[in-house]
Amino acid sequence: MGGSEILRVEDLHTSFFLPIGELQAVRGVSFSLKRGRSLGIVGESGSGKTVLARSIMCLNLGSNVKTSGSAFFDGRDLLALSRREMRRLWGTEIAMIFQDPMTSLNPMVKIGRQVIEHLRQHKNVNRREAKQTALDLLNEVRIPEAESRIDRLPHELSGGMRQRVSIASALACEPSLLFADEPTTALDVTVQHQILNLLSREQRQRNMTMVMVTHDLGVIAGRTDDTLVMYAGKVVEQASTDEIFEKTQHPYTEALMRSIPRTSQASHTPLAAITGRPPVATHLPAGCAFSLRCPYVQPKCHEEDPPLVSIGTSGHKSACWYPVGSDANREAFERNLSDRLPQTLAVAESLGADQSPGIPADLPDGGIA
Amino acid sequence: MAGSGKAHLRPADEVLIQVEDLVVEFPAAKKRTVKAVSGISLDVKAGETLGLVGESGCGKSTVARSLIQLPPPKSGSVVVNGVELTDLSEQGVRPHRTQLQMIFQDPISSLNPRRRVADIVAEPLRVWGPHGEEEQIEIVDRMLHAVGLDPEVARDKRPHEFSGGQCQRISIARSLVLGPKVLICDEPVSALDVSVQAQILNLLRDLKAEYGLTLVFIAHDLAVVKNVSDLVAVMYLGKLCEVAEPDDLYANAAHPYTSLLLESIPEPDPAAIIDETVDLVGEVPSSIDPPSGCRFRTRCSHATEKCANEEPQMREVSAGHHVACHHPLVAVAG
Repeated sequence: MGGSEILRVEDLHTSFFLPIGELQAVRGVSFSLKRGRSLGIVGESGSGKTVLARSIMCLNLGSNVKTSGSAFFDGRDLLALSRREMRRLWGTEIAMIFQDPMTSLNPMVKIGRQVIEHLRQHKNVNRREAKQTALDLLNEVRIPEAESRIDRLPHELSGGMRQRVSIASALACEPSLLFADEPTTALDVTVQHQILNLLSREQRQRNMTMVMVTHDLGVIAGRTDDTLVMYAGKVVEQASTDEIFEKTQHPYTEALMRSIPRTSQASHTPLAAITGRPPVATHLPAGCAFSLRCPYVQPKCHEEDPPLVSIGTSGHKSACWYPVGSDANREAFERNLSDRLPQTLAVAESLGADQSPGIPADLPDGGIA
Repeated sequence: MAGSGKAHLRPADEVLIQVEDLVVEFPAAKKRTVKAVSGISLDVKAGETLGLVGESGCGKSTVARSLIQLPPPKSGSVVVNGVELTDLSEQGVRPHRTQLQMIFQDPISSLNPRRRVADIVAEPLRVWGPHGEEEQIEIVDRMLHAVGLDPEVARDKRPHEFSGGQCQRISIARSLVLGPKVLICDEPVSALDVSVQAQILNLLRDLKAEYGLTLVFIAHDLAVVKNVSDLVAVMYLGKLCEVAEPDDLYANAAHPYTSLLLESIPEPDPAAIIDETVDLVGEVPSSIDPPSGCRFRTRCSHATEKCANEEPQMREVSAGHHVACHHPLVAVAG
């Protein structure tokens, strides 16, 4: 730890201008990342996690997109670079792996060539050296019989093998920052496990900085150093991954964790579903975006959007007026319970199936059940 | 894995659905065949939820579709409520499908985008129901309400005006209007966000209790399957590996494949130990040319020569826990 800062994002906003109005996909995200660390960005679909990653990469094209703020990579503001300057960074300094390896690989080009393409583009290597490097990379990402597969086309490989190829291709020029956008969502669970292990190992061995974008808390648990939880285009909680799980502060993070079924629970354990659905990014509610679904909601939440503030000294940040575990939070819960607020009742019911109603005293700080 | 055998089947008079030696094959290029399902036997008691798990391509959806004879299996028997469906003609099966309804993975593409919600949900009644127009409207409203939608609001809208979770509620409403006995859920939550997924799972649980449904629940997410099922069947390459009650199965996996699946689950718990040695355990072989003997042997660390030559048969390792493996991970009872 304690390495130098490699990426600092400040007040990043991205909006899409659509016929139905302005869609604010990212609404003021700031974070910084040290060299060699890994960061998980977690959120549901529409939370802005992918747009955030693509904004930093300057990959949001189109005349109806507006990005503001800054993203300093090694001291240079990526958002201020020209296309030509950015092209020089893509693949060499910053690389990205996408969700669907079938569409991110060119179906008409042999996999070996796809791996060496930017080696030849960016580095002064001859054909034979490049091919040898590609072979080494394919072996490194554990493609069996790489010598014979180097001349195959993507459709001849399985989904997991294709994702290995796109990882090899992303690693070819030894980038110092790697974005992985839902790299395993399209894969089966056993293959997902292999690919995640591969990414962790490469990240450690190369001392590479990695940003993992995912909707699945299970993918980042125990794998990334830090975590950002996003909701409706904002970061609602930011901490080390362990703290996110163990000292959950934001009601959304807490609700997310309660709603996922776990194999450690007995069969038929009732799930504490989050009522309602994520807000539409063109019509966000006033105040806190989670207020309509939050079991601890208070009048203040509808009026003022809570800022992301530090809690304690460990760098744990949360954007909530009534953070989980605080006395204010407990009082809010009891108040809502006596007001019979539907989402609060739902939470109390699913948590306290074995408790008599009306005595929720120690429910809210239960954290992860 | 996977083997054949029927040791896990329960007496025929206790079960609602009984599938024996189901074989489904599809033609592939160059006169080859895809052996999607190769001799699977399963049963489901009335009121029970059977969870079917496995990786993509293992044949779990094909098994579900065979239950409603879409398409009819190549061989084997499917008995539902005492009726042998495979003996019936195309026309003969149709009335029985009213008792066997299905919901699909992608709720948006399973609803006709050009029709109003009320028409979508009423369609089964128009085809089968003896009900008059007014009665139909009443049933549709009741059903929409049961799945957590406001009939007044939803009735005249079209599917694109709803989110994925709401569309899944609409397809559940459509599947239940005829009062089926069995609901086949083919990956009903895998296209949904985590926060919505729990809503749909809770809804299915409530509806199951309210309408006395029997569920066949297919999913690749083992945590979801554990949560909803009374009995779990693990499939691999068109064969069954292991059948057991969920708590027993997840605590005492007897089949090496089940164990591999369980180790691969990304558990949302930072303290969970991640086994980084599970690195290259290969991928699922082609079902056009599956391995001889046990189909899992090419990825199995316990495989021996016996596994290549002899297909393992289902046998009981403990009460209600069956496995098809020559070298199960737990001691065999008796």
